[in-house]
Amino acid sequence: MTSSRTLHLAAELAPGAGDSPSALASARTAAPAVGGTAARTVALARLAEGAALDFLTHDDSFTRPGLDALAVLARVAPETRSIGLVPTVTTTHTEPFHVQAAVATLDWVSRGRAGWRIAVSPTGAEAALFGRRTAPATAELWQEAGEVAEVSRKLWDSWEDDAEIRDVVTGRFVDRRKLHHVNFQGATFSVTGPSIVPRPPQGNPVTVVDATRPAARDTAAHHADVALIRASSAEEAAALRAELRQGARAHGRDPGQLRVLLSATVDLDAYEGGPAALAELIAGWHGGGAVDGFHLVPAVPERDLERFTAGTVTRLRDRGLFRKAYEGTTLRDQLGLARPVSQYAAEARVTTGARA
Amino acid sequence: MSTTPGRKQIHLAAHFPGVNSTTVWADPRSGSQIDFSSFEHLARTAERGLFDFFFLAEGLRLREHNGRIHDLDVVGRPESITVLNALAAVTDRLGLAGTVNATFNEPYELARRLASLDHLSAGRAAWNVVTSSDAFTGENFRRGGFLDRADRYARAAEFLATARELWDSWTPEGRQRPFVHSGPQFGIEGEFTVPRSPQGHPVVIQAGDSAEGREFAASAADVVFTRHSTLEAGREFYADVKGRLARYGREPGDLKIMPGVTYVLGDTDGEAQERAGEIRRQQVSPQNAILALEQIWGRDLSGYDPDGPLPDIDPDPDSTLVQGRVRVADPVGVARRWRALSEAKGLSIRQTVVESTSRQSFVGSPGTVAAALEEFVATDAADGFILVPHLTPGGLDDFVDRVVPLLQERGVFRTEYSGTTLRSHLGLPEPVWKG
Ligand SMILES: Cc1cc2nc3c(=O)[nH]c(=O)nc-3n(C[C@H](O)[C@H](O)[C@H](O)COP(=O)(O)O)c2cc1C
Repeated sequence: MTSSRTLHLAAELAPGAGDSPSALASARTAAPAVGGTAARTVALARLAEGAALDFLTHDDSFTRPGLDALAVLARVAPETRSIGLVPTVTTTHTEPFHVQAAVATLDWVSRGRAGWRIAVSPTGAEAALFGRRTAPATAELWQEAGEVAEVSRKLWDSWEDDAEIRDVVTGRFVDRRKLHHVNFQGATFSVTGPSIVPRPPQGNPVTVVDATRPAARDTAAHHADVALIRASSAEEAAALRAELRQGARAHGRDPGQLRVLLSATVDLDAYEGGPAALAELIAGWHGGGAVDGFHLVPAVPERDLERFTAGTVTRLRDRGLFRKAYEGTTLRDQLGLARPVSQYAAEARVTTGARA
Repeated sequence: MSTTPGRKQIHLAAHFPGVNSTTVWADPRSGSQIDFSSFEHLARTAERGLFDFFFLAEGLRLREHNGRIHDLDVVGRPESITVLNALAAVTDRLGLAGTVNATFNEPYELARRLASLDHLSAGRAAWNVVTSSDAFTGENFRRGGFLDRADRYARAAEFLATARELWDSWTPEGRQRPFVHSGPQFGIEGEFTVPRSPQGHPVVIQAGDSAEGREFAASAADVVFTRHSTLEAGREFYADVKGRLARYGREPGDLKIMPGVTYVLGDTDGEAQERAGEIRRQQVSPQNAILALEQIWGRDLSGYDPDGPLPDIDPDPDSTLVQGRVRVADPVGVARRWRALSEAKGLSIRQTVVESTSRQSFVGSPGTVAAALEEFVATDAADGFILVPHLTPGGLDDFVDRVVPLLQERGVFRTEYSGTTLRSHLGLPEPVWKG
């Protein structure tokens, strides 16, 4: 493990997103104050952006009190410049076609800073809100979530980057050979395509999967650009990271294109040693190769994000372990992930090559 | 608000230039149809002009022609609600209206997204409820083309009623209550996660022209978006739709009628007419002329010369050549009229299409256009207009700079926003909270 390996830092924004028992209760208390959501979230996002964090997540589910997370981050996009924006998007009762269009649009309005954290809706209460199907077993839901990730990538790729030609002589706005039907057939849905949205700035917005639960792990290994894990020791984290990278390889992926971040609920009021000790821990785990970075879930975002950026991030930066300023403009740039070539463009090249 | 008492006020909305042949992309001033900067420019211009709202259309499958993706017009647009949330950050008062299909969505999710937009924009959200039910579009969705055309408004009406139950499920005092909805289209229950939004209910727009569509608008919409943009047709439509309101216990002012209209300005009427002709020729390229003909004839006419005469064969009434757009109602009749026009004036295919399809609604000097707009509204052909510029993103600049001040001088358009919500701009009543 080289010491120059980049450290990645992210933070959660939603009120009461931690896995503490009081989280949902605190989210419920916050819900009636949603009128202040835009101002609150913009303030937090600017704080995190001031510290050059890679990205922000915003948790969501159909039973979580509060506003639609993708909407909140779209509202934040024009008021920020560099930080990645990653809402939770559920795949169980939603339309894959709409979901990918919304994420692609978040990438357009943020000029290349969008990601999405894929989630499932496992409860009967969520199923009753839609009344279309009962809640299948969680393993099946993650299987389906993987298919949604796959068809989304196809739809993002269904417009090649240079599909728009505006050729006045032939009167053609697009080169239709560079627009592709995806003809996706999954276990529970099918989509013909192409997308209605041109290929987003990042080509493919960043896919984040919370791999904490074993049921989500294979989907993470197969489809995630960023996997979130939870672990109580560096050894446990390293083992999970190795498992995910091995899984990625088994799915034919380059494990170097997968970032594994440790997600941790942090109450900096109660944390022994405070922000400085947290900086030590991050430096230690990252330096030892256990993880590629950290995803902070603040117990109280307004309080803990301030302390994290002022106390922890500053120390990491002073030690030369974290960036001083953003490099590049997209979330992929921050994460050191390549901008993918459209799979259809790649296909065309291979076919042409074979013929030549 | 400084208005002249007794004068009927005009409402104005700005339609982002669409995925259709009205939008001229070949002009050197034509910018991106997808970069956020284009949306921001048009929205800021509309707000500078004190418009009621900004409007986005929707199409859930790329149009196809003869089995191939249609390539002659602008293609590609963002998902509406996400763009509107971003625009809420760069505007303060402008209403933000998105078209979202009631067939390929579910009430709980869409009601939540719309309520979120209303919160994030502090009361500026609007939903244009459309109802396409074709199987071609359905191929992009879980349920395919599941809905009979005859049921499209039954679903839309129950969808909207269900959304309103969800929006009413929080009391105005901020107490959450569980909901249960059980009907032919939807059986759902639970708790809605979003507190009552600033407008109570986002503004509802309806666009559709059939008798069922008009009835749906009269029973449930706040605004009708119509294509009737001539004085006579406008008055007839206006009287018809407003006449349906009493049956639902509604007042004429409760539903605003806003045709989508195009315009061309010039320093003089003559200059504007000349410019209008140029724009029509830009809109109808030789390739687009053949395509327009194929949409009527329902046949492959690629062998015809756009500068030559019209085909003498008749349209195919059962054609499936065109997918993803509304089919012309009476193709044989239209073909007969076009042939007659071409013969009478000695016009080529392209000239015939230019003459027949792309007439702008309002052409003239700013003074002429302002007077015509006022006449339209004063004589009950409309309550206002959804302006459709032909250029992205600068197509509204002229109108705001030159026509809006004249409307203000005439005392028929606001000189400042008097309220903060879209409902207040439109003069719509607060929705009654159904406890
Ligand atoms: C002015 C106008 C604008 C429309 N805009 C859209 C649109 O953006 N997206 C869409 O899917 N349908 C749109 N429609 C189609 C209508 O929702 C509806 O499907 C169609 O008019 C058929 O309904 P009808 O039989 O009542 O006319 C529009 C219709 C009108 C009249």
